[in-house]
Amino acid sequence: MKVMIRGNESIAYAFKLAKVKVIPAYPITPSTLVPEKISEFIANGEMDAQFVPVESEHSAISAAIGASSKGVRVGTATASQGLALMHEVLFIASGMRLPIVMGIGNRALSAPINIWCDHQDMMAQRDTGWMQFYAESNQEGLDLGLMAFKIAEDERILLPAMIGIDAFVLTHTVEPVEMPEQKDVDDFLGEFVPHYVTLDPKKPATLGSFGFPQHYMEFKFGQWVAMEHAKKVIDEVFEKFANKFDRKYSKVSAEFMEDANIAIVTMGSMSGTAREFVKKMREKGKKIGLVKLTVFRPFPKEELLSILKDVPVVAVMERNISFGFGGAVYAEMGANFVNESKSPKILDFIVGLGGRDITFKTFEAVLETAERSLKGEKVDEVNWVDVNKEAVLKVEGSL
Amino acid sequence: MHDIPIAMYEVRFHGRGGQGAVTAANILAIAAVKQGFYAQAFPFFGVERRGAPVQAFTRIDTKKIDLRMNVYSPDAVIVLDPTLMAVVDVTSGLKEGGIIVINTSKKPEDFEFSGYKIATVNATEIALKHKLGSQAAPIVNTAILGAYSKVIGNVKIEYVVEAIRENAPAKREENALAAKDAYEQTILRW
Repeated sequence: MKVMIRGNESIAYAFKLAKVKVIPAYPITPSTLVPEKISEFIANGEMDAQFVPVESEHSAISAAIGASSKGVRVGTATASQGLALMHEVLFIASGMRLPIVMGIGNRALSAPINIWCDHQDMMAQRDTGWMQFYAESNQEGLDLGLMAFKIAEDERILLPAMIGIDAFVLTHTVEPVEMPEQKDVDDFLGEFVPHYVTLDPKKPATLGSFGFPQHYMEFKFGQWVAMEHAKKVIDEVFEKFANKFDRKYSKVSAEFMEDANIAIVTMGSMSGTAREFVKKMREKGKKIGLVKLTVFRPFPKEELLSILKDVPVVAVMERNISFGFGGAVYAEMGANFVNESKSPKILDFIVGLGGRDITFKTFEAVLETAERSLKGEKVDEVNWVDVNKEAVLKVEGSL
Repeated sequence: MHDIPIAMYEVRFHGRGGQGAVTAANILAIAAVKQGFYAQAFPFFGVERRGAPVQAFTRIDTKKIDLRMNVYSPDAVIVLDPTLMAVVDVTSGLKEGGIIVINTSKKPEDFEFSGYKIATVNATEIALKHKLGSQAAPIVNTAILGAYSKVIGNVKIEYVVEAIRENAPAKREENALAAKDAYEQTILRW
């Protein structure tokens, strides 16, 4: 059935369809509608779950860990400062191998205070051991939300996952979404039955206990292995989902790439506008292609190597910045090719921070720089696009 | 009147926080999808406050909409509150020959917008007649959608009414009637 819903509702419906049992949450812009909608489902008797109102995001994720340790399906949602406040607890969720799923309304971090879209909040959690998925549309938000449970709960993995839906551009945008039938979701997902030690007063056990130096590294190596296994399991789950619901996903999707000499790499909602731009440029005869990253953790190394190895110029566009180096995706893309005998020229473009609109003009600026690089001209490795650089350099001093 | 859009059709709503501009944009998108189009609706991503100028947008197309950037050159603008025109340039970016639908007791000829098509409707009066909102703050968003359907015509009134019946936050029947009344009472000049 086709419904018209906002991105936040995609996450709420994914939790409802997945029959999540416990939702501890603390509201924050732009994610507030997720807990609102879920409490509505519960109040209306449409969802049999416990909503736990807590006093902070730190408590929300802590309560999620408690609930998940009991062996039930748990979900929550947050954004920006809320996700940052969860930071230290996120490591505990992944270290305890709890398959919690969290929706993130990707939003910039303060200061200055800003409620709009970028990916800095999730990128800052890159090393917490959570899987990371980024949605292009509300449909993807819903589908990835459902698949995240299946992936996270797979006993070869048992790791938590976050689904990024871009602030406002998705969270507050109404668009058509194909809503799966409950029975199909039940078939696809099944009930969550943990086959490991959970909190049970009848069988007392200690979970999340001390790990001395002689054991700690083995736990961490275990998480590493699980994340490596996730690469395969994600493919399997994407395939099962496609068979059941006829919507195809891949960790990396390549469009117009057959003969491309410039590849634009995108994540999240900018991918849609990018696709329209690429189509327009193709009509003008420009050999440009689009590579969309849906999964950032685990990093889809092998797929990117195979898609990009023969492409002369790769333009990475990203809504995050690691000051002192460049964007996170750029850094990993470079590392990805460092031991290869052949590597594309990899350029970084910092775009759309704090909700700055990503328009055709943005893509034109990116393409212009990429084309100069293609001609052999030397261009900056890290490029800030749509920024009043002059004004800033006047104050900060020129580079 | 326009027929089914060949290209993407973009609409901008101007209102004040609390008047329901965002809901209007959403319901228009829902109605468009009911009619078989693809549609997308979103608010201007601002910090909304009651009474402050707000904007909301609807995109309508015959094919799936991938575009995610803001609307910069709408085909039509819908003005829920005429006092906004003193503080906001409602024609900003509006396509040449574009349509302006205004909630006002005035007639189209009372407005001077050269190069645009003007339509007026007294949505406030219609809203009050159907007891939508209060005398001080009438909710005009459903009436204005009736005017949209009359003037722009790409989304038919029956789908607008159906979308209102299913999605109005309260007084669904009264809201549906307000849209129908506005559809009858809208004045066009072009």
